Amino acid sequence: MLGGSILQSKHCLGLADMSTEEMTEILDNAVPMKQVISRDIKKVPTLRGKTVVILFFEPSTRTRISFELAAKHLSADTVNVSVSTSSVSKGESLFDTARTIKALGADLVVLRHPAAGAPHILARLIDVPVINAGDGMHEHPTQALLDLFTLRERKGELQGLKVVIIGDILHSRVARSNIWGLTKFGADVHLVAPPTLLPAGIGQTGVTVHHRPEDALVDSDVVMVLRLQRERQREGLIPGVKEYARLYGLNAARLALARPDAVVMHPGPINRGVEITDDVADGTRALITDQVANGVAVRMAVLYLLTLGREN
Amino acid sequence: MRLIIRGGTVVDPARGRMYRSDVLVDGERVAAVEKRIPARGARVLDAEGKLVLPGLIDMHVHLREPGQEYKETVATGTRAAARGGFTAVAAMPNTDPVADTAGVIRYVLEKAEDAGYARVCPVGALTRGSRGGELSEMGELCAAGAVAFSDDGRSVTSAAVMRRAMEYARMLGVPVISHCEDETLAGSGVMHEGLVSTRLGLRGIPAAAEEVMVARDLILAEMTGCHLHVAHVSTAGAVRLIREAKARGVRVTAEATPHHFTLTDRAVGDYNTLAKVKPPLRTDADVAAVREGLADGTIDVIATDHAPHAPHEKDVEFDAAAFGLVGLETAVGLVFTELVAKGVLDIPAAVAKMSLNPARILGLPSGDIEPGAVADLTVIDPDASEVVDPALLVSKSKNTPFDGYRLKGLPYATVVGGKVFLRDR
Repeated sequence: MLGGSILQSKHCLGLADMSTEEMTEILDNAVPMKQVISRDIKKVPTLRGKTVVILFFEPSTRTRISFELAAKHLSADTVNVSVSTSSVSKGESLFDTARTIKALGADLVVLRHPAAGAPHILARLIDVPVINAGDGMHEHPTQALLDLFTLRERKGELQGLKVVIIGDILHSRVARSNIWGLTKFGADVHLVAPPTLLPAGIGQTGVTVHHRPEDALVDSDVVMVLRLQRERQREGLIPGVKEYARLYGLNAARLALARPDAVVMHPGPINRGVEITDDVADGTRALITDQVANGVAVRMAVLYLLTLGREN
Repeated sequence: MRLIIRGGTVVDPARGRMYRSDVLVDGERVAAVEKRIPARGARVLDAEGKLVLPGLIDMHVHLREPGQEYKETVATGTRAAARGGFTAVAAMPNTDPVADTAGVIRYVLEKAEDAGYARVCPVGALTRGSRGGELSEMGELCAAGAVAFSDDGRSVTSAAVMRRAMEYARMLGVPVISHCEDETLAGSGVMHEGLVSTRLGLRGIPAAAEEVMVARDLILAEMTGCHLHVAHVSTAGAVRLIREAKARGVRVTAEATPHHFTLTDRAVGDYNTLAKVKPPLRTDADVAAVREGLADGTIDVIATDHAPHAPHEKDVEFDAAAFGLVGLETAVGLVFTELVAKGVLDIPAAVAKMSLNPARILGLPSGDIEPGAVADLTVIDPDASEVVDPALLVSKSKNTPFDGYRLKGLPYATVVGGKVFLRDR
């Protein structure tokens, strides 16, 4: 079905270090994977006999289920490990777990961890491929890849697309991965957030920074909306959630500034009425359910390329 | 026992000169400094082509004893100091228990005496338990041997407490060493706040966290007349504030570490916890400003902030790793490689920042090589070169970010009160 992998990296840790060729290969491989999912019998024997360990140090259902489904569609055996970080010191448990993974004979590890760089550390400790399923505020590469896939599917080319990302960029690993991925493909990326929710130096990464959505949305092709955690108010980063919704929430009036064929994306879970209004989230221009479905296909492609693809 | 250091170039930092001379040590003291001293049965240390310096002093070291002997002890730390060319170190008080009583001060001094390597000058805690509340019994600590006061590891949060501490220290005639970090701005940051922290998704510590506190402490030093010594200056803004304060006549001195004049936040690379340190490694502009501050005299001292940690405290996620790195055994090499060879400081100026200036700040009787002076001497081979290998460090902990660095200009021998420690034995 698929050719040998050109993936340079053994792991999938982040898009900052991934070339456009590598990303393109993943996106290209996700196309036949999506066909597999659309069949009645959603299973191919590609990874039969392989064991994928899905290791989550942070609560999550969506991403975990997406990886699990992706592995199962490829006939891999999956082991789900959820580790509470409250009981033991984080460092110890990650290192102990690495030893366990080795002993279990896993063929691939999917790791989500609250500490940025934890997948890099794990990758140095074990000799099987590691997929970063979100590490702190660092990266969430498969989420960005599925966003790129969804956009490519809908818009054809990523080059030249005007993409506006609105929300809590500071804490968002999804935003970071998307910024690196989109700018590498030549998209015109615009960020919108109050200064308190923007990371230091982000303006030096080839993106344009705005503080008012109205300044960014005109002529945009894509609007990505990020979830706003309510604790940002308690942390003193925004004066209030209601004010945030008024200043930054994506509503129909704001969306009208974008191009008529502009699409709306959200990595979920949605805080309805805060960062996005119901009518926009449920509207015809929202690709939110496509994103979820494409996530499985893209993760199948990554799982495949990092395990079997390398052996060819 | 008599010792002749033969044929070296003696460096006199006080007068900014260097001259070829033999040095005769008799017992614990220098007996003669003359062109050619006949051996007459004395042990001869060949210093041809080498530099003979007044004993180097590292005024910012964490020896970890009492309480954290798994990281370092007074014995291992002072042995590392001697191997690194230091004849004396100032030991920071953030031990367990904190050095806020005369008992802890005396304990550290006794341990140093027993170990018999480099001398130790204890720094007393500024406040009880370094909690930033009540003042420690500073008079008692001075009487026991404390040479300065500090709550190093953190800032004294309350400006009012800092004011009283400075007033008291001024009366006692000892400096207050300030670790300048506004904890509310530093937050849970783990590295310098900037483009690199953004790329790595790590929480940042802005330069302002240091500068806000430097500004406050300079104002309090001006108000109280206390001698303020700013520890580990790392930002361009802090250098500027200190330079301006010195021009106004504020009693302030400052130190910079080899890692802050050598490395930037890029050293964090792919989450290298060995480069996790407070204050964090900053930007190219900050490194340039620290070097400029060293060159123009704004920064008086080079000190290492030697902070040993065990492997299990560093081999963890970046967020969970301990702050700090070991510096005693790489400092001289970094000073010669990064500052002397690159023309930032000439040899007498570099030596002044590691001997004369810390001695003056701490009120120690060192800095001159002349008959009658205590024989604390450091011999450096400016041509010796090596690649840093953490396994060769004699410090109990090996947490250096300089693994693989080529250093040129290395300690050859350290003489403490007439006792010789050759580096490679």
